[in-house]
Amino acid sequence: MSNFNRRKFLITTGAIALTSTLSFELAHAAGKKLIVGFLYVGPRDDFGYNQAHAHAASIIKKMPGIKMFDEEKVPETVAVQKSMEAMIRQDGASLIFPTSFGYFSPHVIKVAKKYPKVRFAHCGGLWTKGKHPMNVGSFFGYIEECQYLNGVVAGYMSKSKKLGFVAAKAIPQVLLNINAFTLGAQSVDPSITTRLIFTGDWSMPVKEAEAANSLIDQGVDVLTCHVDGPKVVVETAEKRGVMTCGYHVSQAKLAPKGYLTGAEWNWVTPYTTIVKAAQEGKPMINFLRGGLKDGFVKMSPYGASVSANAKAKADEIKNKMLAGKYPIFKGPLKDNKGKVIIPAGVIQEQTDIKLESMNYLVAGVMGQV
Amino acid sequence: MRIFLLRLTAKMLPALPTLCAIAGALLMFVVFLALQGKPALEACQLIYVGAFGSGFAWENTLQRAAPLMLTALCVAIPARTGLIIIGGEGAVALGGLACAVIPMMLPAAFPATPALLLMATAALVAGGAWIALAGWLRQYRGVNETISSLLLAYIALALFNHMVEGPLRHPESLNKPSTPPLPEEYLIGSLPGLDVHWGLFWGVLACIAMYVLVRHGVFGFSMSVVGGNVRAARLVGLPVNRIVLMACLLGGGAAGLAGMMEVAAIHGSANSALLAGYGYSGILVAFAARHNPLAIIACALVIGGIESSGSLLQRRLDLPGATTLVLQGLLFINLLAWESLTGWLGVWRLRLLETTRNPNRAVHA
Repeated sequence: MSNFNRRKFLITTGAIALTSTLSFELAHAAGKKLIVGFLYVGPRDDFGYNQAHAHAASIIKKMPGIKMFDEEKVPETVAVQKSMEAMIRQDGASLIFPTSFGYFSPHVIKVAKKYPKVRFAHCGGLWTKGKHPMNVGSFFGYIEECQYLNGVVAGYMSKSKKLGFVAAKAIPQVLLNINAFTLGAQSVDPSITTRLIFTGDWSMPVKEAEAANSLIDQGVDVLTCHVDGPKVVVETAEKRGVMTCGYHVSQAKLAPKGYLTGAEWNWVTPYTTIVKAAQEGKPMINFLRGGLKDGFVKMSPYGASVSANAKAKADEIKNKMLAGKYPIFKGPLKDNKGKVIIPAGVIQEQTDIKLESMNYLVAGVMGQV
Repeated sequence: MRIFLLRLTAKMLPALPTLCAIAGALLMFVVFLALQGKPALEACQLIYVGAFGSGFAWENTLQRAAPLMLTALCVAIPARTGLIIIGGEGAVALGGLACAVIPMMLPAAFPATPALLLMATAALVAGGAWIALAGWLRQYRGVNETISSLLLAYIALALFNHMVEGPLRHPESLNKPSTPPLPEEYLIGSLPGLDVHWGLFWGVLACIAMYVLVRHGVFGFSMSVVGGNVRAARLVGLPVNRIVLMACLLGGGAAGLAGMMEVAAIHGSANSALLAGYGYSGILVAFAARHNPLAIIACALVIGGIESSGSLLQRRLDLPGATTLVLQGLLFINLLAWESLTGWLGVWRLRLLETTRNPNRAVHA
């Protein structure tokens, strides 16, 4: 209980009184460090989306010349506007990473217009020239490449030829992952199907468990998901003796037996690029995308149960992707209602911005948008 | 002077359980942090700095308190007639949705003032009708209103999500399904000289209006009679069902208005970010205020302040984001526990007034 002595109390209150009024000046006087703020929508340790960001942020924190502040569980309301402003005004932050998609419009746009000298690097948004301020940028990764590789491994390992996908919402980013996963599996065996359940929101633990159980009851033997925290799905599958492919970060610890591999973010790469640009005084990077070959995404190490030929095939495709020679979406491609989406001979490159407005499910996915 | 002080004390006695609860919650919070080895006093200091320590902190607090005032009324007004309504979140959702739908039905270049009036009316009606439904179920079907209002809120949220992600979804809202954005001129701006939107003004106004109605209006008095003793109310010929429905309508309308303010002043369209738990925080505010509309203003400031201080606690002390939730939880438990003082309050009040009366008599004699 050493915290209760009066001297310490006076010191801290005095320090707080000082920092609350002078923080801006102090921050700038303190050796020209770049002050960076990170905001996450969920908890830092969710075994998912937010953990991927928080982990990368902790690496940025150790970079020379950096002072880092972060906040978790910041809702996509006026709260995020105020937290960003507080980082700017109380900590002197000049680079902010608002990492949830829902922060972009209107919150980031509004605060960015108010503080034109501060840089805002938003994750997932689609920054458009002329429409959005120049001190804002958006970055994202082609995680569907990893989802495709997940599908390849799942395709080799599945005996029932039925795969399961628990998804949050029918939005382009999610549909892209479901389709890539399914196409990867079908590259192994075209008869493979993916059963799909939407839970309706990003963090719905009870519904995620119900969906996982229901899929397993339908005979699914490899399960994956796109929700904020894959913990519940992976643990449920492990308990029922079913294999899983992970998402966001590695969930191998949660499923030592059934974890095959996983699609992981490697946010350190875009973070570092953006931080360096700010440190060197270069203009804000307004649009930044990258996949496997750029180091924006990576695969979890293979689980012990993955067969040798599954590994060999997945590695072969991965090497092609690393060489930039493996587009996932190419004709002929039909959706699950029989409509031709991409005619034969047409290739949609990974960098095609049209992929970011996907609104269909490929043939073989049992579910609807 | 002494008499004046005694009278004032007698008047302020109803605030005693809340003050005790705040003190108790803070004490438990300090012990909780100290047991975890965290600097407890510094945390308390930061809560104050983050909530009320600067102009920016005040704006932050006021902004967060604004919707809570309106959602707290959704609990407090029905509570005057003896109903415990906890489904305000549903009214917020439907109010926000109604407000976002109106501009879609208006002709282009429709003037802003009547459009905003229509949006507000739609939000009031949508929120009010939803809570009135819970009141109707209780009065005419004998369904417990606490349960039904909560379940109705789940239905409202599902309906909201379905409409926003389905029929009403704007095709350009790709990864964040939303209704079409409100036209620029329909957006509600900030109060003059403050970075706080007009929702604060309407929240305070609604609380004052409800206070006048509850304390000085005939209808407010009849609500108290219904809440105090339904049989007595029926015996004197009060239209109990109509009064209960009206109270639900008023409360739900206030929550609907909160939804409208969030949509028109912050989000610019209806989407799931609106469902941030304002309806549930309103329950805490209303109970802290002991269902007194004027006290709601103060209690909303306290809760809004706690929420806005969370940011500073995380950045200065590396405390987890749930810290402010722990404090709010402790506050709620303490409120319920200290509520047991209520029975004694009447006795103490009488004693206090007795001492003021006796010296009076002595002077006149």
